[in-house]
Amino acid sequence: MSNNDLALKAHLLRRAGFGASRSELEQISDKSYEEIVEDLIHPERFEEIDEDYLKRYNPETSYHDTHPTHAGKWLWRMVNTKRPLEEKMALFWHHVFATGHYKAEHTPSIVSQIDTFRENGLTNVKQILIDLARDPAMNYWLDNCENHSDQPNENWGRELLELFSMGVGNYSEEDIKQAARAFTGWTFEQPLPLYPYGHSETQFVFDETDHDDGEKTFLGRTGKFDGGDIIDIICEERATALFICRHLYNFFVEDEPQVPAWSIEPPRNPEAVDAMIDVLMSNDGEVRPLLSYMFNSDFFKNSFYKKVKNPSELVAGTLKLSGRYGVMPAEGEDVGKLYGTAAVMGQALMNPPTVEGWHTGHEWIDGGTLNERVNFAVNQFNDVSSPGFREIMERLGSVVKSGELVDRCLDLVGPIEVGDETRTALTNYAEEVGDVDLTSDEDRDDNAHKIARMIQLIVSTREYQFA
Amino acid sequence: MTTYTKKDPVFVVVQLSGGNDFMNTLVPYSNSAYYDNRKFLNIAEEDVLPIDGTLGWHPEMAPFKELYDKGMVSVVQGIGYPDSNRSHFRGMDIWHTCAPDEVSTVGWLGNVIEQLDPRAENPLTGVNFGVGLPRAMSKTGVPVTSVSNLDEYGLMSGIAAQQQREHALQIFKDMYGQAVGSGPVMDYLSRTGMDVLTGADLIKVAPQQYESTVEYGDNPIAQSLRDVARVHTANLGTRIFYTQQGGYDTHANQLPTQPGLFRDLSRAVNDFFTDIEEHDADDNVVMLIFSEFGRRIYDNGSGTDHGSGGGAYLVGKPIAGGLYSEYPSLDRDKWEKGEDLAHTIDFRGIYGTVLEQWLGLEASPIVYGNFEQINPFRSN
Repeated sequence: MSNNDLALKAHLLRRAGFGASRSELEQISDKSYEEIVEDLIHPERFEEIDEDYLKRYNPETSYHDTHPTHAGKWLWRMVNTKRPLEEKMALFWHHVFATGHYKAEHTPSIVSQIDTFRENGLTNVKQILIDLARDPAMNYWLDNCENHSDQPNENWGRELLELFSMGVGNYSEEDIKQAARAFTGWTFEQPLPLYPYGHSETQFVFDETDHDDGEKTFLGRTGKFDGGDIIDIICEERATALFICRHLYNFFVEDEPQVPAWSIEPPRNPEAVDAMIDVLMSNDGEVRPLLSYMFNSDFFKNSFYKKVKNPSELVAGTLKLSGRYGVMPAEGEDVGKLYGTAAVMGQALMNPPTVEGWHTGHEWIDGGTLNERVNFAVNQFNDVSSPGFREIMERLGSVVKSGELVDRCLDLVGPIEVGDETRTALTNYAEEVGDVDLTSDEDRDDNAHKIARMIQLIVSTREYQFA
Repeated sequence: MTTYTKKDPVFVVVQLSGGNDFMNTLVPYSNSAYYDNRKFLNIAEEDVLPIDGTLGWHPEMAPFKELYDKGMVSVVQGIGYPDSNRSHFRGMDIWHTCAPDEVSTVGWLGNVIEQLDPRAENPLTGVNFGVGLPRAMSKTGVPVTSVSNLDEYGLMSGIAAQQQREHALQIFKDMYGQAVGSGPVMDYLSRTGMDVLTGADLIKVAPQQYESTVEYGDNPIAQSLRDVARVHTANLGTRIFYTQQGGYDTHANQLPTQPGLFRDLSRAVNDFFTDIEEHDADDNVVMLIFSEFGRRIYDNGSGTDHGSGGGAYLVGKPIAGGLYSEYPSLDRDKWEKGEDLAHTIDFRGIYGTVLEQWLGLEASPIVYGNFEQINPFRSN
């Protein structure tokens, strides 16, 4: 495998997944880039992650009461899954259809919403929107359960149009009201009370007696529409395809301005987004052909360092490197902790701050979050017995010349490329350290910390902040 | 500019995220139109904490009323802006940038911090407590420190040996310190990294030297305001503090939700002012409490939908206290959009009031225009 080829596959797996360890990259070395894309968009070709060990040693992951445990388990899945794009698409739709735990404080429904995104994330935009409209967590989050035929509540109708499908400027206030009417009666089964048995699950219910069956005029069409008809109409609109494609481009290819600016600022790469819209619309809203087109495009292959890692990417990617959260997490680690790790970097999974979701790109970075990102990544390599670090040591062989140390480590961490300032600073450190002897066990014990420090410095670089 | 204190004026912003329902905060309890439109979601006359014959505080705002009764709270009634945008995000963006007609990424406090510290010498001039920097404080080239955990703030803090940590920090400085023109985001990362280094060095004294008899509540807003007090009393030159309390988007279940938020908020604000008074550090602090919009005049049977005009509060020892602007009319023909409280004063005039009368800065370049101001400060 040539170095360029390796770098491109590593790029693909950072974007379509959460990065890849060197052994994972070696396992796919005989596959072409195009074959890897096909594998990614067909997760069913690979085994589902086995949760048995985790459930046995972390029994709290089977309980329904606390969302941090489940959000942490999700990060663990991102690290260990053999179906990385399945988890990545679940994260993508979670970004777009941001639903917070803090309002309902009902864990089963938020967990089940993410399960739904995992199952339908690669299917069809219409299917995904229908599932969303029937999702109890979303229903409560945007108060559709309070949307009654005699007293409409327009929250869901508004956000469906503004934030989930078409974007501001493509519909009127009156369209919002009509959409709200069409979704009256879409509610959920009241779950059993919390005490004494803990949270119970709920499901979608259509209450015909509370449904406004009258005539509505929505986006110029008139009829006795119900919610499904509204989504059918939304999916006919090019604005919806544009909105979804822009989100995908922002999430997978290159940081875009944030959603509130979209009605004013054009896409960074209008040709790319237009081409994506054509693929989506000519395939009746199917997601797989669109992703295949996107990952195989030149604009994707040329997008190195055009995207700041979101906290989940940073956390899961770094954990793949350190190996501290394998299928069996390391001693003293538990998956619930990972929720807080990403949360202090600005991404509390299953609990985004508002329905607009997270601001992405450089907005992930401020003084506080950069501090957290650097410290987390550095702390992964304080313990030189971590499996991932041991693997790095083994691959380095017996003696690493001072002059090779920087390149060898950059290669094993990514491969990633760094700018001149970074390279100079790292090279200065390598010169200070001199040749590193890793021949005997004793040499390794003596010198492991020198390699660990080099890895720590690399994961604290500016370049490492980019996906 | 105020002559109330010789110290540098300090400004604390508390954002109530989600759109607080002003009508159930300062309740027009003598007005039958209030009870007519709030059939379900009203505060009964016997429950309000009256301040006069027509208005009274929500019962959970008692610690806040205590400050009001001391003359430390100027209430801005009917704050808003023309043609209110009911979207939280656009609404909050507009409050953060003072730009209702375009999407701006320059925060009004970013402009303020830049003017207070034009050479960007102190990364603690503006400090945010919470996760994620609010757009109000963001402006390219203006360093702001954003702290989620004051006690563990600092780079490489996981490297136990002090000497090794310092060595790693030195290399970090070399990597982040010398970037020029390698792209705007890369440059932004460089500056941010360097500011974190400096800010962390400076701010670490705050938790070390702080002592107080005030015991804050165990909730996010109380802990955030305690952090503001710890940094303010450490005299690190911070002029602008920012923090927020979330949860005000009460479309549903407002009845059980809002009281808990008010209980935490009003206790926390009261504790904060008691604390800084104890440290003799209260005569140069003014706090603004605001929310992105008020809520719909009539309830929806469970909560209230997004509305327009709302309320804001200026709090502190330098504040004269009392009611400012006018309570929005509850007469149906005066409603904005036929269903909202109409605003009676523009928020940019209140920002202007703080800028010119408290911080000594010219308002119009920051709020983009001239807006009616109020006179909420003590004269001496």
